[in-house]
Amino acid sequence: MKHLVKAAMAGFDEKNDVLVTVEPIASGIEVELKSKVERAYGKHIRAFIEATVKEAGFDGVKVTAIDKAAWDYTIKARVLGALERGSAE
Amino acid sequence: MLNKIGRDIPMELECLQGRRVYEGQFAMTETGTRAGKPVKLHTPGENKLVGSIDEAIEKVGLKDGMSISFHHHLRNGDYVMKLVMDRVQAKGIKDITILNSSLAPCHEFLIDMIKDGTVTAIETSGLRDALGKFLTLNPGVLKRPVVIRSHGGRARAVCTGEAHIDVAFMGVPACDRRGNATGRKGKSACGALGYAMVDSHYADKTVLLTDNLIDYVYPISIPQTDVDYIVEVEAIGDPEGIASGAVGITKNPVQIKIAEMAAEFLDQAGIIQEGFSFQLGAGGAPLAVAKFIGEKLEKKGVVGGFGVGGATGVLVSMLEKGHIKAIYDTQTFDTTAAASLDNNPNHIEMSASMYADPTTDCMTNYLDVVFLGATEIDTDFNVNCMTDSNGILMGASGGHSDTAAGAKVTVITCPLIRGRLPMIRERVETVITPGESIDVLVTERGIAINPNRQDLIERFRDSNLPIYTIEELQQMAYDMVGKPEGIEVSHDPKDVVAIIEYRDGSIIDVVRKPLL
Amino acid sequence: MSRLTELAKKRLSRSMMFVPGNTPKMINSADIHGADSIMFDIEDSVAVTEKDTARLLTAEALKTLKFKGETVVRINHPTQTPYGYADLDVIVPAKPNLIRLPKTEDVSEVEIVAKKIEEVEKANGWEEGTINIIVAIESVKGLYNVREIAQGPRVVAIALGAEDYRADLRTGKHKPAHELLFARQTILHAAREAGIRVLDTVFSDVKDPQGFREEVEFIKALGYDGKSCIHPSQIKIIHEVFTPDEKEIAHSVKVLNSYAEALRNNKGVIAVDGKMIDGPIVVRAQRVVDKARAAGIKVELEEGAEIDVK
Repeated sequence: MKHLVKAAMAGFDEKNDVLVTVEPIASGIEVELKSKVERAYGKHIRAFIEATVKEAGFDGVKVTAIDKAAWDYTIKARVLGALERGSAE
Repeated sequence: MLNKIGRDIPMELECLQGRRVYEGQFAMTETGTRAGKPVKLHTPGENKLVGSIDEAIEKVGLKDGMSISFHHHLRNGDYVMKLVMDRVQAKGIKDITILNSSLAPCHEFLIDMIKDGTVTAIETSGLRDALGKFLTLNPGVLKRPVVIRSHGGRARAVCTGEAHIDVAFMGVPACDRRGNATGRKGKSACGALGYAMVDSHYADKTVLLTDNLIDYVYPISIPQTDVDYIVEVEAIGDPEGIASGAVGITKNPVQIKIAEMAAEFLDQAGIIQEGFSFQLGAGGAPLAVAKFIGEKLEKKGVVGGFGVGGATGVLVSMLEKGHIKAIYDTQTFDTTAAASLDNNPNHIEMSASMYADPTTDCMTNYLDVVFLGATEIDTDFNVNCMTDSNGILMGASGGHSDTAAGAKVTVITCPLIRGRLPMIRERVETVITPGESIDVLVTERGIAINPNRQDLIERFRDSNLPIYTIEELQQMAYDMVGKPEGIEVSHDPKDVVAIIEYRDGSIIDVVRKPLL
Repeated sequence: MSRLTELAKKRLSRSMMFVPGNTPKMINSADIHGADSIMFDIEDSVAVTEKDTARLLTAEALKTLKFKGETVVRINHPTQTPYGYADLDVIVPAKPNLIRLPKTEDVSEVEIVAKKIEEVEKANGWEEGTINIIVAIESVKGLYNVREIAQGPRVVAIALGAEDYRADLRTGKHKPAHELLFARQTILHAAREAGIRVLDTVFSDVKDPQGFREEVEFIKALGYDGKSCIHPSQIKIIHEVFTPDEKEIAHSVKVLNSYAEALRNNKGVIAVDGKMIDGPIVVRAQRVVDKARAAGIKVELEEGAEIDVK
């Protein structure tokens, strides 16, 4: 199981993008989402972020995402980017 | 009760008693005679000019429970409704029905007047921003749901007396002392007065408000014979909000791609030919189509017939370049087009009734093609341009269903995906225009032809254009962004916030309060 | 050389559209304008602080979306920058059609990329030649080594990158670009010798469609297969220029049909419109037909008249 060494961000607060912040927490995966498409995709995006963190092998991560209608591939890339940055010493 | 397109209309609502549900685009059978002003003798020596709005309100006998109308030619720059309604409120007159041709964001002040009971009912084509949100989320705040009508449907309702106007308060950019008025001249010039022409003619009483009292007016849009009183005010509107500079052609590559494909479709359909007539809806892609139609006309060396407006600088430039011979204009969108109406005899003003009223010989019936936008469309080709992805009233019915019913070919131009939202739904939230009026959907990734147009499907069988079924296009979007969850709405009849009237007066849909 | 690599050398390559590799909005609509190739850029259009996120975004886009057209990723140079190897690690497994190696100066640089591709192909059980390479010549040194580079492993296409090359020459931008003539012709010759595609550099003034059209006409006349572009409006112009006109198509159809008929009847010498037809003319005619079809024009040939020039 991988763990973050520090908080980190990836992505941009721009159309079709998502600004993702990850912070280390004691355990588990927490997702906080603010999305332009909350009603249509909110549930899906939360589950997708959680699955992406798990699949990357991390635990003890709080993810905060400010979403401006990013597509899944972008959400995944930004989450992975933030995790990668938060893992570097 | 389910109507022809499967929409459940709560006919038990009091406001729907005696109404009928939508049965098809040309199913109307009602006959009768048109309504009109009460007869009254006019004698020598009358003076229509009154000193103040208060005096006009007193003279027309405005009282509790009446319906008053305003037009939306001054768009988001309109001062007239506020000027009048402030005095109505100050005088303590209550229970007013606002029967507008449309409402703009500048009419947000109505929220307070609804709260204090000055305004208790609204009938309009469009609703936006704060007012739209307020009315969607607060059912019961008015005494009956908002009535949404198309431009043609409203003209019909006013002409037949179904929508009775007690007093029309019409802002006019220029008028003489007898009430002959035009929108062509003055600091608040707005171009055509198509909606005001209908209201002035059919209202029991008509009051003009002007900031430009001149000696003589010609051509006359509103004649003195329709006018009871005139009030001079400092300004009827904010020129900035009345007409923007020339509405330009979009630079958005996706919109341009859609427009280009739409024009190519039209060309391959054999429609771009000598004398053909068309209308372009407002919005990026429909307007951009003009450029490509112009190029094709030039290449073929043929001249189109007329364009119908909502005139914009884009349409005017087609007239000036000789791509078309005339413009029929009911409302004018920008300063370039307003100047054209004033200067060019082939830029012809028409009333909303002549434009789109299904009970008149309307111009929309002469359209070969119309290009329209959509907030969303469903796999039955039903179009919504009224409620947003959260179910909030934020658009306008406008001339959408009127032109779609009339034109030989109706083309919807719409991106396949906006942000992340697929624009082709299983079922649109609100139907403004029924699928039977829509022939083609053009998106940036492909074109879908309505299966009831087998002639077009046959014609495009070997086309190099990317033709798909609408379900295939929908799947293409789902493959990219996933399938969205729908909106949940309240099914309590008390939570119906708006009635969508089809142009013939039948009920095509209702808007229900979304559950957040 | 693998079957797929040979096929990739012959792919239609009129337009290669540059798309910034860290901008989701541009990636989402990258393929709607019909470019033959879409090149996601994680090199010059991405700030050094965002190299890591750009490569992830481009890789996820490639894995998730189905793009119409050939996919290309311009990576950072593996030896001239600290990002190139990491780019390869993330991008190659995302399976673009081509890796674009910028500022290529020596065939050894191509070999680094080819080796990485080979590893990943083998590890995933992909057929050899699933991923290939386009090289860009952007310096005098690269230009002098161009023949060897063009024949490097997995190289299926070559492009001129003029910005750095101009700086290397100590000149600036001109209309028309006389300063590029030697490079354009040298690269073209190397490409033809190697049997690969050749693409011209970008034309950055998107507000000058006429100047752009003239440049496309010029490089087409030189013998180029296509051009790089930075704006969707340029794609249409490239395709218009590279689309054969009706006369050309009609003549080519006649040539191919006559040639097929001659073969059927064992006729040695054939003529169309009084002119002798030989091998190169037939190949040219088929290329015209292929280009016309790519532009959406329906061209029908008699049975057996089709020849494979791909």
